[in-house]
Amino acid sequence: MDPEACTACAECAKVCPVVKPDEYQMGLSSRKAIYIPYPQAVPCSYILNMEDCLGTNPIACGKCTEVCEPDCINYDDHDRIVTRDVGAVIVAIGADVYDPTEMDEYGYTRFDNVITSMEFERLICAGGPTLGHFVRPGDQERPKRIGFIQCVGSRNPAIGRPYCSNICCMNTIKDTLLLADHYPDVECTVFYQDIRAVGKSFEDMFQRSKEAGTRYIRGLPGDIEENPENGNLTLIAENTTSGQIERHEFDMVILSVGVGPPKDLAKVSSLLTLSKTSDGFFMESHPKLKPVDAPTRGVFFAGFCESPKDIKDSVCQAGAAASRAVALLNAGEVHIEAITSVIDADACKKCGVCASVCPYSAITWKKGEVAVVIDAACAGCGNCGAACKFDAITMRHFTDAQYTAQIRAILAEDPQDKVFVFACNWCSYSGADMAGISRMHYPVSNRVVRTMCSARVSEEMVLEAFRCGAPIVLVSGCHYADCHYISANRQTVQRVQRLWNKLEKAGVRPQRLQLEWISAAEGAKFAKVMAQMEELRKTVTMEEIEQAKAALKPKPKKPKKEKEPAAVAG
Amino acid sequence: MDSDPKGDELRVGVFICDCGLNIAGTVDTQAVTDYAATLPDVVCAIRNRYTCADPGQNEIKKAIAAHRLNRVVVASCTPLQHEPTFRTCVAEAGLNRYLMEMANLREQCSWVHPGDLEGATRKAKDLVAGAVARARQLHPHDELTVPVTKRALVIGGGIAGMETAIQLGDAGHQVVLVEKEASIGGIMAQLDKTYPTMDCSI
Repeated sequence: MDPEACTACAECAKVCPVVKPDEYQMGLSSRKAIYIPYPQAVPCSYILNMEDCLGTNPIACGKCTEVCEPDCINYDDHDRIVTRDVGAVIVAIGADVYDPTEMDEYGYTRFDNVITSMEFERLICAGGPTLGHFVRPGDQERPKRIGFIQCVGSRNPAIGRPYCSNICCMNTIKDTLLLADHYPDVECTVFYQDIRAVGKSFEDMFQRSKEAGTRYIRGLPGDIEENPENGNLTLIAENTTSGQIERHEFDMVILSVGVGPPKDLAKVSSLLTLSKTSDGFFMESHPKLKPVDAPTRGVFFAGFCESPKDIKDSVCQAGAAASRAVALLNAGEVHIEAITSVIDADACKKCGVCASVCPYSAITWKKGEVAVVIDAACAGCGNCGAACKFDAITMRHFTDAQYTAQIRAILAEDPQDKVFVFACNWCSYSGADMAGISRMHYPVSNRVVRTMCSARVSEEMVLEAFRCGAPIVLVSGCHYADCHYISANRQTVQRVQRLWNKLEKAGVRPQRLQLEWISAAEGAKFAKVMAQMEELRKTVTMEEIEQAKAALKPKPKKPKKEKEPAAVAG
Repeated sequence: MDSDPKGDELRVGVFICDCGLNIAGTVDTQAVTDYAATLPDVVCAIRNRYTCADPGQNEIKKAIAAHRLNRVVVASCTPLQHEPTFRTCVAEAGLNRYLMEMANLREQCSWVHPGDLEGATRKAKDLVAGAVARARQLHPHDELTVPVTKRALVIGGGIAGMETAIQLGDAGHQVVLVEKEASIGGIMAQLDKTYPTMDCSI
């Protein structure tokens, strides 16, 4: 369809023979294969769903083209890739409404008169399938006794949704007021865990709902029964205020469904190297101080995809995200931290390993030629530096010499008492900070050194820690599929695996080298892992430490010429 | 702005932050300061009440001039919070931004080991020793500057995406709005009335 040419005259839909459930109306009415999503749609144009269309081949339908006066239907149109350079990205991919099919104790799939709060919206709406006449789907009768069940798909760890969806309490309160306004004889009953009416004028709405006759019962129903004669429903719930098991009969039951991360989140997340918190929503740079910035520079969040929020909060956050983006766009230029990789052309053996492990394709290499780093594309993870076997790569500001000096200084005294930890900047180091911010306590034995990525931890760095007498070395990074540097921590796994083999061959207990994935949100996990490491440390004897120091001595070789090149002026 | 250390002589200044009682309540910061003074190439070790506050930053700047410091170690909180602060501070005193190193005595020491003065102090000393050792190996760097394309991409045409796009447009920037459905509007367009005002969603 050509949206510019379409006049939304609707002639095409009149002649289309295909009938499909209307997604906008939650499947409560039908649409054609050629249709407008809803009358106020933007752009105001009909669309042709080619999956539904009978097409012109092999059976020629083509009825819509015959009646389309502006001639805007093109059966051969196809998806196109559009390329645009941008300086800022705002991620506002929203949420998915919870599908209560899996919680069948509420009978959503079995009983006609159990509907979701989204279906309620369409049934009460003047633009809905019943033109706003509120009726039961089962028999088109107007219900008088209506039960609402809160927290369906929210605050329920058993189904992996432990968080509060934020909007459902107020949405139900709104629904009860709407019903009271439209039908004064209606009786609403709300089953809830807690009513969260936190927001400007929300408490006032809650009180008005009660004054309008809505009964609020503290306790979620455990079962539902349908009377097959009349389609009425009985909810069985423990009223936690009275401690009694109660049975309540209704004409209709509305499941106040929660909202969760959208299913496209993982796709967008991997495109922009974003992370998510344990509830599955996007993780912001800082929960208080940088609430709309993504850890990836130039990316900002707005709306539900960052955390559950209502319209007002979405609008507020949209303004904040726009303002952060404007600050970046108006600055006109950004400084790139001088932590990029530098290749020493003289030392490079032209093997190309660095180019093969770079997650950003920031290293160009041709067979027989010295590898070259594209500064602006390098993100500074350090994977290439750890992978180069010829000491030809220096990571600026995170050099081998700097790490060696740091490891030796930290383990100079009583190394047998210390757990040596490498933690990646974006996840595990932030996770350690999170443990601190949350005042979680753990054994004092650990000593953390920060690397940008766990893939920066070279075999030499780990061996050096053992040579200095560390009983336990822990390499920690972002979760395997969630590396801030796209896929760099796959190399971490391979490197640690090689080290385990190496340790085993040298007679060193491989268990002394540990690998853990700890995300920035997992302060509790960091604390737990530190306690585990301390237990493990206690099992390592002085004999083992001394044996490892001797067995892992470096083979004598020429002294390394590492010189950190100063940065090129920008 | 590179300010290379003069000759090969390393002159490290260490600044230990009490952070009120956030650090000093658990770590013997004076003992850490005394210990820092004994580390190689450390020419001054100073304890501050709040290193990030103006008086603390001024003390760093004064010490850079007075002691001709060419490396600075700030032992305070996480670098994820205050590395930009102290980088700017040393740059204002004429030192390259990359010649500053931090030791995390708060989030990863005092806040997680309360009640263990001896253990936490010992750990703090190690973290400072590590930071000083690393600082002695630091090199000055200039940052690469790249231009920003003055156009924004908004992914998602629900209420949040639409509002962001409008505001970016109002600020005079071109916006590319990507929506997977045929119409913008998102979930909100399916709602009838919306709280708290009870007016229509579209």
